[in-house]
Amino acid sequence: MLGFLLSIQSEFYKTRKTLAFLSAILLPLILCILITAGFYTHADKIMFLSAKMQWFRFTGAFLGVMGSLILPILIIFQTFSINNIEHRAEMWKSLFSLPIHKWSIYSAKYVYVVFLNALCLALFASFIIVSGYLLNVLNPELKFNQFDISGILFKLHLKLFLASMGILSIQFLFSLLWADFLKPMGIGFVLTIFGIITANLGWKYAFTIPYTHPMLALQSMMKQVLNNKNEQMEFDLMSQEIYVSLIVAVLTFAIGYFVINKRSIR
Amino acid sequence: MKPGLIIETRNLSYRFGNQLVLDQVSLNVREGSIYGFLGPNGAGKTTTIKVLLNLLQTEKGKVFLFGKDLNKNRIEILSGIGSLIEQPAIYSHLSGKENLLNRALLLHVNTTRVNEMLDLVNLTEHANKKAGKYSLGMKQRLGIALALLHDPKLLILDEPTNGLDPNGIIEIRQLIRKLVEERGKTIFISSHLLSEVEKMVTHIGIINRGKLLFQGTIEELHNVSKKHLEIQTNDLVRSRELLCKNGYQAEILSDTILIPYLSEKHSAEINSLLVKYDHKVYSLTVSKQNLENLFLSITQI
Repeated sequence: MLGFLLSIQSEFYKTRKTLAFLSAILLPLILCILITAGFYTHADKIMFLSAKMQWFRFTGAFLGVMGSLILPILIIFQTFSINNIEHRAEMWKSLFSLPIHKWSIYSAKYVYVVFLNALCLALFASFIIVSGYLLNVLNPELKFNQFDISGILFKLHLKLFLASMGILSIQFLFSLLWADFLKPMGIGFVLTIFGIITANLGWKYAFTIPYTHPMLALQSMMKQVLNNKNEQMEFDLMSQEIYVSLIVAVLTFAIGYFVINKRSIR
Repeated sequence: MKPGLIIETRNLSYRFGNQLVLDQVSLNVREGSIYGFLGPNGAGKTTTIKVLLNLLQTEKGKVFLFGKDLNKNRIEILSGIGSLIEQPAIYSHLSGKENLLNRALLLHVNTTRVNEMLDLVNLTEHANKKAGKYSLGMKQRLGIALALLHDPKLLILDEPTNGLDPNGIIEIRQLIRKLVEERGKTIFISSHLLSEVEKMVTHIGIINRGKLLFQGTIEELHNVSKKHLEIQTNDLVRSRELLCKNGYQAEILSDTILIPYLSEKHSAEINSLLVKYDHKVYSLTVSKQNLENLFLSITQI
C-alpha cells in the first residue's frame, strides 16, 4: 500500500508541470471562458427564457461538444501523456528494476489518470456554475441566479465520468503498450468517430462500444428529463451504458496488469 | 550458494524467439569486487543484466543475489541493487535535483540524500538545470546518482562509459573506485572495451555469443595470455621463410617476427639457426600478448 501511495505522489510530482496535468485544468477553463464570452455577447437570445431553460441552454453548449468529442479526445490525450513520460525517458526498465511491486506502479498510474479525468470533469461542472453566476453579475437581466443547478450538474458530470471509464481503460492500455503517438491516438480517434456515428444513428448495439458511452449517457439523460411529466430535471445515474463502461474498465484494467506482469522489458 | 558471492547464476539460458542469447552462463561475483563484464556488442551483456534485475524472466537456470533466489525474493533483492541500464533513464523536463527528489519520493528515501548524491557525482552546480540539457557525461553521472540514492550494496552499470569522451570516462572510473574504496560497494560493470575497465576492475567475465568464455581475476587473465618470442632481424621476410622451412610457426607483425614461446632452450635454438644462415638478429625477447589482444582473441573464437 505504501508503494502505491508513493507511486501516486511520484506521478503528481513528475507531471505537475506538464500538459498531461495542466490540460485537466486548462481545458475546462478555456472552454468556459470561450462559451461564457459567447453567451455574454449574445445574451439577448436567451433573455426571454426561464431561469431553468437559461441554464439548460448554457450547459447544453458545453455538453454537446463534451460528450461527443472533447471528453474522449481529452482522455486519449491524457492517457497518452501520462504513459509517454515513461516511454520518452526510457523509464520502464528503470521503474521495474526498483524495489516496488509492479502492481503498485501500474495501479498508481491508472488511478492517477482516473483522478485527472475526475478533476477535469469536476472543474467543468464548477466552472459552468461560476460562469453562469458571473454572467448574471455582468448582465443582471439574465436569470441564472434564480435556479440552483449545481446538484444536477455535478450528477451529470459524475455520469459522464463513469461513462468515460471504459474509454479511459482501453486508451490507458494502448498507450502503455505503444510508445509512439500515432497508434494510441490514431486508433482512439477512429474509434471515437465510429462511436459518434453509431450513437447518432441509434444503432441498438451501440452501447457495446465504449467510445459511444459518454454520448449515450447524455442521450439517456436527455430522454429521461424530457419525458419527466413533473418537469423536474431528474435522471438516473446508472444506466445500461454506465454498467457496460464499468465492466469494460475493470476487465481492461485486469488485462493491462496481466500484460505488464508477464511482459519482458527489452 | 557459495559463500562471499553477491551474484551467482547457475547455467543461465535465455532465448529471444529462436535465437539463444544466453547459453548456460554461470557468473560468480564476489562481495566488494569490481566485476568487469566484457563482450562485443550483441554478446549478451545487457540481456544478462536484465535477467539479474528480473526485467527478463529466466527460462533455464537459477539466479541468486545476496544468497537468495531472485524469482522468490524480487523486492528484497532489488532493494539492495542500484542499476543503470544502457542509456540513463531520466525525465528530461525535470531538473537533475527534481529527478533525484522524485526517485527519493518513490523509494521513501530521506531527501537529504539528494544533495549528498549530487555532491558525490559532482552535479551540485548543475542541480537546478533541466536534465534534458545535460551533456551525456552529466546524464551518466545523474544516472549513477539515481542508482545510488537508496544506498544499495550492489551497483549494476551497463556500459556507463558508452559515448563518453576521455575526460568523461576518467570521471566515471574515479567515481567507481571511490564507491568501492570509500563506500564498500560491489560493482558489476559491463563494457565492450577491455581497455576502458581494465584499470579499475578486480575480476573479469568475458562473454561472447551468449557463452561465458572466461571468468576470474585480472591476474588469472594475464596467466591465460600466451607468451611469444619476438624477433627483430635485418630481413624479416627471409628470416620468416627460414624459420617456417625449419618447422616454426612464424609470422610477421609490424616490425617483428612472432613465434609461440616454448622454452629458453627453444629460443636459443632459433637464435642459432638464424645466426648460422647469416641473419643479423637485433633482438630476441619474450613477450605476453596484451590484454586487449587477448580479449579480442577470446571473443573471436
